[in-house]
Amino acid sequence: MASPHAQKTARTVLSAADIQRVVDRMAHQILEKTSGATGTVLLGIPTRGVPLAHRLAGRIHAFEDIDVPVGSLDITLYRDDLRLHATRALGKTEIPGSGIDGRRVILIDDVLFSGRTVRAALDAINDVGRPSSVQLAVLVDRGHRQLPIRADYVGKNIPTALDESVRVSLAETDDGVDEVKLTGGPR
Amino acid sequence: MTSSYVIRGASILGASPADLFVSDGVLVDSAPSNAEVVEADGLVALPGLVDLHTHLREPGREDAETVETGSRAAAMGGYTAVCAMANTSPVADTAGVVEQVWRLGREAGLVDVQPIGAVTVGLAGKQLAELGAMAASAASVRIFSDDGSCVADPRLMRRALEYVKAFDGIIAQHAEEPRLTEGAQMHEGEVSTRLGLTGWPAVAEEAIIARDVLLAEHVGSRLHVCHVSTAGSVEVLRQAKARGVRVTAEVTPHHLLLTDELAASYDPVFKVNPPLRTAKDVEALRAALIEGVIDIVATDHAPHAVEDKECEWAYARPGMVGLETALPVVLSVLGEQWDLIADRMSRTPARIAGLSSHGLSLRPGEPANLTLVDPAARRVVDPSGLTSKSRNTPYAGTTLPGRIVATFLRGEPTVLDGKAQK
Amino acid sequence: MIKHLLSAADLDADTATLILDTAGEMAALAEREVKKLPTLRGRTVVNLFYEDSTRTRISFEAAAKRLSADVINFSAKGSSVSKGESLKDTALTLQAMGADAVVIRHPASGAPDRLSSWVDGSVINAGDGTHEHPTQALLDAYTMRSRLGKLDGLNVAIVGDVLHSRVARSNVLLLTTLGAKVTLVGPPTLIPLSPGAAVSYDLDSVLPGADVVMMLRVQTERMQDSYFPSAREYSRRYGLDAARMRRLPEHAIVMHPGPMNRGMEIAPEVADSKRSTIVEQVANGVSARMAVLYLLLGGKA
Repeated sequence: MASPHAQKTARTVLSAADIQRVVDRMAHQILEKTSGATGTVLLGIPTRGVPLAHRLAGRIHAFEDIDVPVGSLDITLYRDDLRLHATRALGKTEIPGSGIDGRRVILIDDVLFSGRTVRAALDAINDVGRPSSVQLAVLVDRGHRQLPIRADYVGKNIPTALDESVRVSLAETDDGVDEVKLTGGPR
Repeated sequence: MTSSYVIRGASILGASPADLFVSDGVLVDSAPSNAEVVEADGLVALPGLVDLHTHLREPGREDAETVETGSRAAAMGGYTAVCAMANTSPVADTAGVVEQVWRLGREAGLVDVQPIGAVTVGLAGKQLAELGAMAASAASVRIFSDDGSCVADPRLMRRALEYVKAFDGIIAQHAEEPRLTEGAQMHEGEVSTRLGLTGWPAVAEEAIIARDVLLAEHVGSRLHVCHVSTAGSVEVLRQAKARGVRVTAEVTPHHLLLTDELAASYDPVFKVNPPLRTAKDVEALRAALIEGVIDIVATDHAPHAVEDKECEWAYARPGMVGLETALPVVLSVLGEQWDLIADRMSRTPARIAGLSSHGLSLRPGEPANLTLVDPAARRVVDPSGLTSKSRNTPYAGTTLPGRIVATFLRGEPTVLDGKAQK
Repeated sequence: MIKHLLSAADLDADTATLILDTAGEMAALAEREVKKLPTLRGRTVVNLFYEDSTRTRISFEAAAKRLSADVINFSAKGSSVSKGESLKDTALTLQAMGADAVVIRHPASGAPDRLSSWVDGSVINAGDGTHEHPTQALLDAYTMRSRLGKLDGLNVAIVGDVLHSRVARSNVLLLTTLGAKVTLVGPPTLIPLSPGAAVSYDLDSVLPGADVVMMLRVQTERMQDSYFPSAREYSRRYGLDAARMRRLPEHAIVMHPGPMNRGMEIAPEVADSKRSTIVEQVANGVSARMAVLYLLLGGKA
């Protein structure tokens, strides 16, 4: 994932500063739409949804001094495309001790594309417990949905062609680099 | 039907090319009239090979081999005589059975089939078979063996050795102490540990050979040791021979070439008894064969039906077909030492078995039992191309040197141009 | 990823670690109320058992079912030798049924290797003769890692009938790959030639330095074959009783692959002590087998 894409056309669509601003805005939106994040749990989808969830929780704490429980939800075992790829290693699933029953779960992911990951995540949540509602927050929405799924919080909408790919790098997982790049597509 | 042949330009035992003349079943000193010409340019002529250890499976397992198909495979391998082991069903432990096998061999007419008689009734190791009756039968049995089982009881072995002195017989022992090889599946060593297969320790062979050479020495009898497979056995034999014990020994082509590592595939085509041993054993066996501590190469040709090999290792029958690949394997091991090959594969086995018309020099006046080999040919062994009824060769896909071009039995070609003549 | 799991030797350190990590995730999932995962929906796993082994079969069955695979139990005990259908014919049947994986338990060493050459699906060795039992080694390694936090550098004593033990063979291979130091302990008659690990005939001298003691089941039939004189003498020399257990370091654990001969190789108070991982091993068996099934079947075939 962290391989260089220098040979293809690559342009930065979000810089480190942009990401920071976008996360701040999303944190504010969450506080606004959830009346102060009461009864809310943030579940990041590995790999990059997890640091994103922690950043959002950190900003929410900074803005309102509220501690939102954060966990991770690996969806590998729920994917519908397992047979199309070599076996994937599993990510971590860590549900906060308070659990998710009767709570508002906000799923956090880096990129929303076909919607299949979110579909798998909804199945996974179903096996973990019964939240009162589930929302979705993504850093980037690149379009091309294949399922009737939409995000409640979007950091940035980036129109893309199908043959382009969106590469999100976050400091926690990508050697200290924070940026979003768009690669491939017509030259 | 007797024909005459001129074998043109054959190199006898690797000497410079000369013509061989065949008439009325014997070699003659000048070209007979109306002789058919066999071009033998580049071919080496050897006395017809003699196998002291062949399983022809008839009677009983005609689905795996018959006297006829085994004889044809032997001819294709350059053999003019084979000794048929006694572990048939019924066992060749009576004059009736050995005469049946002998007659089937005559009818096939592809090699001389010399039956071996069982030492004990039903190979059960309890009671002597009627050795004298078999010796006096039309089959004139001289070699007795319970091959497949060891004559383990020392008193019985002593009696057998003594008893056959009356008709110059010889006991061919399958040396395997049965209590040390219960459930054994392969050579006991590092590989058997890794594969979790019950080990067949070298000492189970060596202990019996040591005992038997002492018994043979004590009673002044002839002992032949089948399929010697370990370096330790070679040392026991070396010492016995140095003391003058009348012991001879054979080694199989597979024990000269293959090792126990092959069992790692769990493919029972590599399962054989005695089992494939280590590289160190292979080295010792090769040296002993050259030195003469081991007298001969014998195939232990052991055909098995597909269902007896396409199964779990433990359930598979031990044994490999070998008649058609013996000479190529020996050639690959010894190189073109033709006189040595003729000695170890024809002259000495004929002498041990008492087959007076085989293993002779290719001189005028002698029976025309010979084989022509193309030493330059290379052949990839293809199980489906074998003449034997069974396919259980361990050499599938292996490239071996030498091709048997023609075999003559008493002046008649059994194989010409690499093809069986009947 | 490897296609078959026939031997612990098929696993390099990275693959083995991946399986253990995956087993850890599976174990966490097993604590939830809903234990079932949709991962292997539509895949068929055949349990082909030529030997009675209820615990191993149930463990594989639970693992496959938790991953939503279709499970077919094919008990072929006693039907393979000479009478009945040959392994090859059975293999062709399974092939025709479209088995994605065959879990095989067989009394003949190497039967899983043979089977793997006759079917297209993955073959998982669930114990073959006196050869190997690789998923047992994985669950054992997982148990050690969970209890002691690591495998690298651990001193593991495997005690008993090593000669006839597929558990010991697989454990020696896997533990060595993962950096543990294995010592095989037992009477010389029950230690194979070239065992691939250190050997001791003296249990008492090994215990003070052991982090793990794995007791193997010793069948009393071995007595008839003169491997040892009597059950009593065996138990005295190589059985783990309370007095011997006290020689172990504070943190050391006691393992047994089951089924146990209480009073023979292991005393009841040892088997039921805090050091004993015997019950955990059973639970970990399901997680380890889920990990193996997922990693072998969870991707593109």
